[in-house]
Amino acid sequence: MAELNSSMTEDMFQRLGADEQKSETLVRPSISYWQDAVRRLKKNKVAMCSLMFLIFMILMCIFAPYIYPHEYNEQNIAITNQGPTAEHIFGLDDLGRDIFARIWVGGRVSLTIGIVGALVSLIVGTLYGGISGFCGGIVDDIMMRILEIIVGIPYMVVVIIVSVFLGKGMTSLMIALCMTSWTGLARLVRGEIIELKESEYVMAARVLGTPSFKIITRHLIPNTLSIIIINTTFSIPGFIFSEAFLSFLGMGIQPPLTSWGAMAALGQQQMTYYPHELIFPALAISVTMLAFNLLGDGLRDAFDPKLRQ
Amino acid sequence: MSNEKRDVLVHVENMKKYFNIRNKGVLKAVDDVSFDIYKGETLGLVGESGCGKTTCGRTIMGLYPVTEGKVEYEGRNVTKLGKNELPWFKKRAQMIFQDPYASLDPRMTVESIIAEGMENFGLYQKPDERKERIYELLKLVGLNKEHASRFPHEFSGGQRQRIGIARALAVDPEFIVCDEPISALDVSIQAQVVNLLIKLQKELGLTYLFIAHDLSMVKHISDRVGVMYMGHIVELSSSKELYANPQHPYTKALLSAIPIPDPEKEKGKVVLPLEGEVGSPINCGPGCRFASRCKYASKRCKAETPELKEIEKGHFAACHLFK
Repeated sequence: MAELNSSMTEDMFQRLGADEQKSETLVRPSISYWQDAVRRLKKNKVAMCSLMFLIFMILMCIFAPYIYPHEYNEQNIAITNQGPTAEHIFGLDDLGRDIFARIWVGGRVSLTIGIVGALVSLIVGTLYGGISGFCGGIVDDIMMRILEIIVGIPYMVVVIIVSVFLGKGMTSLMIALCMTSWTGLARLVRGEIIELKESEYVMAARVLGTPSFKIITRHLIPNTLSIIIINTTFSIPGFIFSEAFLSFLGMGIQPPLTSWGAMAALGQQQMTYYPHELIFPALAISVTMLAFNLLGDGLRDAFDPKLRQ
Repeated sequence: MSNEKRDVLVHVENMKKYFNIRNKGVLKAVDDVSFDIYKGETLGLVGESGCGKTTCGRTIMGLYPVTEGKVEYEGRNVTKLGKNELPWFKKRAQMIFQDPYASLDPRMTVESIIAEGMENFGLYQKPDERKERIYELLKLVGLNKEHASRFPHEFSGGQRQRIGIARALAVDPEFIVCDEPISALDVSIQAQVVNLLIKLQKELGLTYLFIAHDLSMVKHISDRVGVMYMGHIVELSSSKELYANPQHPYTKALLSAIPIPDPEKEKGKVVLPLEGEVGSPINCGPGCRFASRCKYASKRCKAETPELKEIEKGHFAACHLFK
């Protein structure tokens, strides 16, 4: 100990002190909320695979019918119900139509309904819920009672009524689905807006004299955007499934045009002897829905600030 | 300090703020409160949770419309300002919020958070000037200019609270309502923020309404202190006088509960225990609000609301014990 002490002199030590400015330095590179969300989404392998798959499906729906040698309504009566071959990749149905060609044409209908329906419910739901939540009071009360009435009407009834007036088909199906589907998002946005309206940063903005319109565009909308995106992603498979279900019941898409639901309905009749006619459209529906759901999960994880590391 | 005649900056007269609660009645959050805030001073406002301190501050700022009474700023009644006059008040009076995690918009950079007020009032319109001013403000609150492009989630609680202070200072206010600015921070950071507030007051000549429930912190920062209980101000006096010579039974009990940072003394300390239930501020009738817990309570206390009277020079109390 003594030896150690003798080898150390005072001038070997120097007071460093704490630099006040330095102690406040942040080391991490600056990233915005959206960059952070994208970064976390990219890390999520399942969500990225789903996204790839969905992009692949969309591209196939757009381009495959132009490239593939068989038309979706072309019949080959000689070889009806034939299983998958090199010529007809997914086989033929009971009217001798190529299932591979029909999957992509039907996919156009299914995905269009899914995406358009989700977009319409996004716009209507966000506006309705946003106005209701922001205005509050009596406006909110009246708007919510109207919404509850709409929720109370079963959408099957709406589908039937609309198709009586406009005839069965994609348009009436889409109108009926859009009329009833926005309510969930409207409620969600209303709740979120009411919560944010009372938050301290909105209060701070009001103290600073920020006008209402600017509070909505600068504070409320950006902060509800993530839940809107997540909800919309989750609602797409719902639309696809509703379309499939209604077409399966014969109330949706009418032949010769087809959709995944309509194909599954046809395939179901041949299920016992020619299962491939049911399996391929059913697979298309389920895998696409699964991909949308997994992507939605990934988005929710990426946007949730509570899961931020 | 209290003896000299000083300019009144904020004059609150019989201010009431009632909230209607569906199917339940009326919650009297702030009930008939009157006080003055002098230019350049710090008025502390203390009281237990739910006694209406925060509502009082927010009502003064115009965040809640007053139910009755008036708030005057430099002699002008700010509760009745028209759309064109409102910015006049908002530019002069600002607020610092309680929770530094909730009071900054998570989607905005520090720069745009601080610039929000400047934009609204058209201050520093040239981009260079504005940037310069933002850096200056950041430096003033002890941050540096690299922080301007950052987002709130990248900061600690104390740093965030300082960003909140910079945001309030951005419009060059004269009066700041500090709504429990330190209660969400840990002790070492509390001292930093309070000392920053004191430093800013000296440098910029600010006037504070300092709302808190930490009694020793209020004593440290305030010139005068008001004690609130269930929507009423029960005692108002200079800070020294109040802590040395409390008069109202509630203030006495409240002050006896301050912990002493010395275990030996703490052991021997006499805490005045409060008995009885805290009454509900919903649909409460006349009478002293504190009567149900006060050991001196008489019949008169339950029937008649005591008024805030000057019992000594500059020392006000609302209690029937004092004539």
